[in-house]
Amino acid sequence: GKCIEFNRSKTTMGDVEATILLALSGGADAVVPDSFAFATTSNLDHNSIVGTCKSLQADAYVALSEHSTQFFVLGKEAESIIQNGSQEIRVLNALIAAGEEGLGMPELQSVVGKDVCKIGMGNCLKNKWAKKDKPSGKLIALIADGSKDEVKEHLIALKEAPEGGNIKILDATAYAALKRRKLISLVTRKFYTISRGPSYAPQRTKKAADLTKEMLETGKWKETSFKQYNFQTLGESVGGGYLHPLLKVRAEFRKILMEMGFEEMPTNKWVESSFWNFDSLFQPQSHPARDAHDTFFIKEPAETVSVPEDYYERVKTMHEKGGSGSIGYRCVFKREEAMKNLLRTHTTAISSQMLYKLANQPGGFKPARYFSIDRVFRNESMDATHLCEFHQVEGLVADYNLSLGDLIGTIETFFRKIGITRLRFKPAFNPYTEPSMEVFGYHPDLKKWTEIGNSGMFRPEMLAPMGLPKDVRVIAWGLSLERPTMIKYRIDNIRNLFGHKVDMAMTKNAPICRFEMPEEEEKL
Amino acid sequence: MPTVGVSRDALFAHLGRTYTDEEFDELAFEFGVELDEITSEREEATKSNTVNLSKDQLSRLSDEVIYKIDVPANRYDLLCIEGISRSLKVFLGDMDAPEFRVTKASDEDVAAMTVMKSNVDTIRPYVVSAILRDVAFDEARYQSFIELQDQLHRNLCRQRTLVAIGTHDMDEVKGPFTYDARPPKDIKFVPLTHTDEGTEFDGASLMKHYETEASCKHLKPYVPIIKDSPLYPVVLDSEGTVLSLPPIINGSKSRITLNTKNVFIECTATDLTKANIVLDTVVAMFSEYAADPFTVEPVTVNYVDESQKVVDSYVSPQMYCRKETASVKFVNSLIGIDVDPEPMAQLCNKIQLGPARILPATDEEEGPLLEVTVPPTRSDILHAVDVAEDVGIAYGYNNVVRTVPKTCTVGMEQPINQLGDLLREEIGRAGYVEVLTHGLCSRRDNFTALRRPIIPAVSLSNPANVEYEVVRTALLPGLLKCLQHNKDKSFGGGFKLFEISDVVLPDDKNVVTKTIVGARNARRVCATYSGPTSGFEVIHGLVDRIMTLCEVAPTDEYVASSGTAYVRVHCKEGWHYTIRELKEGSGSSDDVGGTYFPGRAAELLLTSPRTGAEPQVIGTFGILHPEVLGNFDILYPTSAVELNLDPLL
Repeated sequence: GKCIEFNRSKTTMGDVEATILLALSGGADAVVPDSFAFATTSNLDHNSIVGTCKSLQADAYVALSEHSTQFFVLGKEAESIIQNGSQEIRVLNALIAAGEEGLGMPELQSVVGKDVCKIGMGNCLKNKWAKKDKPSGKLIALIADGSKDEVKEHLIALKEAPEGGNIKILDATAYAALKRRKLISLVTRKFYTISRGPSYAPQRTKKAADLTKEMLETGKWKETSFKQYNFQTLGESVGGGYLHPLLKVRAEFRKILMEMGFEEMPTNKWVESSFWNFDSLFQPQSHPARDAHDTFFIKEPAETVSVPEDYYERVKTMHEKGGSGSIGYRCVFKREEAMKNLLRTHTTAISSQMLYKLANQPGGFKPARYFSIDRVFRNESMDATHLCEFHQVEGLVADYNLSLGDLIGTIETFFRKIGITRLRFKPAFNPYTEPSMEVFGYHPDLKKWTEIGNSGMFRPEMLAPMGLPKDVRVIAWGLSLERPTMIKYRIDNIRNLFGHKVDMAMTKNAPICRFEMPEEEEKL
Repeated sequence: MPTVGVSRDALFAHLGRTYTDEEFDELAFEFGVELDEITSEREEATKSNTVNLSKDQLSRLSDEVIYKIDVPANRYDLLCIEGISRSLKVFLGDMDAPEFRVTKASDEDVAAMTVMKSNVDTIRPYVVSAILRDVAFDEARYQSFIELQDQLHRNLCRQRTLVAIGTHDMDEVKGPFTYDARPPKDIKFVPLTHTDEGTEFDGASLMKHYETEASCKHLKPYVPIIKDSPLYPVVLDSEGTVLSLPPIINGSKSRITLNTKNVFIECTATDLTKANIVLDTVVAMFSEYAADPFTVEPVTVNYVDESQKVVDSYVSPQMYCRKETASVKFVNSLIGIDVDPEPMAQLCNKIQLGPARILPATDEEEGPLLEVTVPPTRSDILHAVDVAEDVGIAYGYNNVVRTVPKTCTVGMEQPINQLGDLLREEIGRAGYVEVLTHGLCSRRDNFTALRRPIIPAVSLSNPANVEYEVVRTALLPGLLKCLQHNKDKSFGGGFKLFEISDVVLPDDKNVVTKTIVGARNARRVCATYSGPTSGFEVIHGLVDRIMTLCEVAPTDEYVASSGTAYVRVHCKEGWHYTIRELKEGSGSSDDVGGTYFPGRAAELLLTSPRTGAEPQVIGTFGILHPEVLGNFDILYPTSAVELNLDPLL
């Protein structure tokens, strides 16, 4: 009541709310059958009645049932026809008055007006009420009686029909004709039947949306009722920053490899000599991978300044003449080829230097496990899965008398940690490993067998010139970081993962990188 | 890895067995080749992006099933159906490895090649040759013969630069033969490409024709190999008929047809070892079709000097079967298996290393020796490990017991990577979105677009395109390109990006294993803020935050007017930082001042036990110059920082 008194001058939400609640105060089954009619009688805006009802419904003060009704509304032109008759009747009567002589256009316009003339003349001609006299251009009436105005009668019938009841009183052609002339339009109106809700009360207590500091201070939270929370909408965005998915996978792979006892290699060296990238690995100087089609060579600085000379000589001899049980490639080894600078094509260029250091360190060789994850560069044609730079994951173990079985076991341990348990090994070829194996895995996400890595034991022709003891063998495997990341995050084009065209939404929505630990499979 | 397409039905006919696709896939996998794709001529043409055939043309193509088989790059003997089927048959135990025989030449006067050494030395110094007698060609064999040569040219011959193969109908020409190099104008013949028209060319006009004629575009790539040489290599018969103009084209007269019986093969080369391998491979594959299978007739090659004196001479083909030994103990230890000597010799027969036998121990420790026969087709076998590998393949890699090395080591990380990863986490927490950008970029993006002078950067001699000209010397352009491509994002509350990665700078020190390449990587952190206002303080705040995280304290003068905002925390002793205004054109060669808005640029100076008393500039930050923003099409004011992380280690 108070609200109404205070705000008499202006209709407020409070007024509307009070009016509705008051209308339902007559008893448990009090009802407002038609919200629209209610709006009219209480002189309120229907839209604000509906808005208030919905708000009251949310708090269960009222219950609503929705209805709709359809009816025709008469336009301005229709009202004018009811007053003055239809255009064609007015034209006809003017022509009848003019007799057999008929009327020219200007005269007709001056009698009925320009707008009426245009529409009325057209309809008269169409109805064959009048004709146009060819030589004179005058209009002459063809019928003598201009008293029956059907259009006007229809409109009056619609206007005088009871509220909401004017949609079925004429035949379909008549409605169609009036609609075509845009004299009437069909309107659909929604309205509600309002009844009491379970929490009905004559006055509304506003529910709080959230717990506030003030409520805590005053203790008001105890008597406050809270709005229901909508549990079917998403929470608010957390904001903050986001890490890149590929680098999340890198972090996880680093962790896994360190758990396995591997030591990270210093791979922050993108520019490399052909000597370390190829020759030291016993990759022949005529090997196709050393073509400009596959490798980025460097214009500036084009050449390596220095390499360890005694080791260089041993590598050269191994290529040209062999040794340590090998017949070598028996082809000419050119210094200028070895000294060509390039962007490393694999991190194995660093592995090679680490093994050389391992062999020549004070105190001599000690067994080691090394790993790296870093960028490599290939001059390949780029497509959905290839860019000219990508990240290579590489692991190697150097120890006495390692076997292919050790390599398979190590690879198995690694892949088990990233959720791939079913592995198959295919004989393969690599210039610097022998034996070499491609690793195939049954991918739990892809649900198929796919190549997941490459591996092998470094050739003795590579290890002997470094000065590693004869029985030391080195097992190694590698894979790209991009492919497992693309599988994990369901990215099908590498450009959506690596580079400046990446959509930040991808980064923001990428989950944390953890690999499902496979359950022990039953042994067959 | 080369891919060889073979007809499935023809392959099964060769094998004398049939398989389901799955069974064949399994067999291929165990043997070490990969059934890459199952297709047909029509399917391939339909799927191709490059070949657009009409419906009518498509309907004429065959639906015969083709297996596309990936073959290891070292196995030149698997580049044709003959080689693949033979190897699989031996692997399956259905046949013994063939024994190749070089017979006596049926006419020694004819089976000779004279090489004009001083001439060919200027362009293509070597030739080897062989004769196959009474070969029975049919359509399929003929196609396979041509395709093997194409495969070898592509792979081992390195697009014909190292070796070029010419095969000829021996009965159309008359030996003995000559290999010479002559002025292009003096070499006149009808090339194979013009057999129908019978058009004669000289060497020079032929090169011009191949360079420009669309129908000969498959030959264009080889033209540069000899084009500018004053002398072109040429193989001639005793009547001066041109057999071939290596490495470009053969003559029409000696072309091979389905009726050819006797085949003369010449391989000209710049690498004699490779030439022998190529010749041996062709002979090993196609001597199968000789009247006496696996036999070949030799050709004597004589190198003569200007006075026709023989200076060097050999007989080809080598078809040399080498013995290689490996101790049984070594093979078992390398693969991680335990196979007795005799069964091991048996395994060798499965993989065409037969005949194999066991020799008694010469060294008590090593035990008995496995001796295998390396056929001429296995030029990749250089060492006992190659024998061990093949024993492993015959044993089955997937049958090897899986073990884990007992090596005792401790996991460790590189300090710079550790620092980078820890900072990534923290900067992410500070509300920055991490990006990952390319190490290669254009000179424009790296220098000009940043309003920086062009200074030396590592530049590529064969960039894939203009976007990959140089290795970046700054991370900033990568981040700005990210902003450019994320214009649709909301910048209202500030849009923050960061990256921690490497740039590469010219450097004449950086000695790793006595190697100086002339460049070094530097680890950087770069971050940007874009929003309705420049966010200079935001970026400035990030700089302070990074220093706090790295336990570096601000100098007293720097924080003098900060009031209570500065909370002193424990820092490393002797480590301090300060900032000072950076002005454009401050004189250093890598002047970066122009990147920033005048009066809104700063440099960060670090004092550490390593720098001594003189502080070192480790990075700069500021509001980006509006022209820089314009160059990267960025609509919002942006501030940026780029710091070196290495000095903070």
